Amino acid sequence: MKNIIFDFEYLAPKTLEEALTLLSQYDEEECKVIAGGQSLLILMRQRLITPEYLIDIKGISDLDYIKFDEKEGLKIGALTTHRAIEKSPVIQKEFSVLSEMEQNLSNVETRNWGTIGGDIAHADPCGDPAVVLIALNAKIKMTGSSGERTVDAEDFTLDYFETALHHDELLTEIQVPTLPPNTGVKFTKFSQIVGDLGLASVAMLITLDENKETCSDVRIALGGVAIAPMRAKKAEDMLKGKKISDALLAEAGQVASEETSPTTDVQASEEYRRDLIKVLVKRVGNEALARAKKA
Amino acid sequence: MKKELKFVVNGNPYDIWVEPNTLLVQVLRDELGLRGTHRACDSGTCCACTVNLDGMAVKSCSILALQANGREILTIEGMANGAELHPIQQAFIDNWAFQCGFCTSGQIMASNALLKENPNPTREEVQLQMDGHLCRCTGYNMINEAIRDAAGRLQAQKSQEKTK
Repeated sequence: MKNIIFDFEYLAPKTLEEALTLLSQYDEEECKVIAGGQSLLILMRQRLITPEYLIDIKGISDLDYIKFDEKEGLKIGALTTHRAIEKSPVIQKEFSVLSEMEQNLSNVETRNWGTIGGDIAHADPCGDPAVVLIALNAKIKMTGSSGERTVDAEDFTLDYFETALHHDELLTEIQVPTLPPNTGVKFTKFSQIVGDLGLASVAMLITLDENKETCSDVRIALGGVAIAPMRAKKAEDMLKGKKISDALLAEAGQVASEETSPTTDVQASEEYRRDLIKVLVKRVGNEALARAKKA
Repeated sequence: MKKELKFVVNGNPYDIWVEPNTLLVQVLRDELGLRGTHRACDSGTCCACTVNLDGMAVKSCSILALQANGREILTIEGMANGAELHPIQQAFIDNWAFQCGFCTSGQIMASNALLKENPNPTREEVQLQMDGHLCRCTGYNMINEAIRDAAGRLQAQKSQEKTK
């Protein structure tokens, strides 16, 4: 029987340098990078992606790490698996929203092999990690043969499955700053089956002032309702400097839903997705607020 | 162009040559003749093809065979000890945890990884760990019961070994 995936040449560099050298040798059209491949192999099986050269970076063990210190914040190597993030004691303690998100990402089998860097670089507008990382004010580090650079997580995804990565660069690290005091973060996605990609998702970070009365900072990140994960900045402005109430969150939800540009597909209509954002912003906002009060 | 794949399957070392576009499930079934690993949805959505890779549950339809290079694979064929079924296999039989059996090898391999990590899971923990596995026959309750039954059997086996 013929293989369902088109033939390609397989290259498995063992170091980042080797991988970058290989990347610079081939054109963008002819090569593709695979990490865990939990999304990519599906597209290759559907023959939507048919690379001539496949560069398998999964074996670069130097990019598999989780480091944390109070000053530098959290650093996650791009090839860290979803499962490692879910199970990491330091992430559970300092950034519980990340491990909660991972618990509902696909299923254990996918999380055991799929990587955080692969997920973000794949840039599905409905993916979960990017939304949470935007709320957490994370940065994405990219490494190319000419050096390193970082972008804010919210600027990394440009369009459906398109990112800020240049062809000769690899996503190498995710950097999350330490949370300020009196901060709560919460993420929720709405999906019809547990573990599915969300029809819409919301991550919110709320920081309260020292008296825990008014909101001194807020970040609202939305997934599944635009060409890329996005921030609802008008809704954020409504909450900043205010005492957050249920009514105010409901108003912010309305404004956030107006900031989105969702599409209608087989799973949900545009209107339905907007409505989900309206409901989820209020719900997630209340939970982030409760966490900020407890923090 | 074929590439060399060296890995261990069910304790046996293999050194074979495979085309890079071959999935792990294909090598297991078609090259090694281990047809207990089932290829069902072929798109990563049903978990029927689950095997253990270095002790982790993974979908063999969603991994290139070459990505298993240097790794250790355990399939359903490696579970029984000769004619004696593995406690998880016996628990699946005793609890009516399958009818057609198509998803069963994947369910058992995922259970094996789960019980190694968490020897005494609650009903909810089993649900969380097994939520990727589709079964069209049993309604899942008997599978959950079988896994928790197997947990007890494995623990009893362990304490028996200790007293020996």
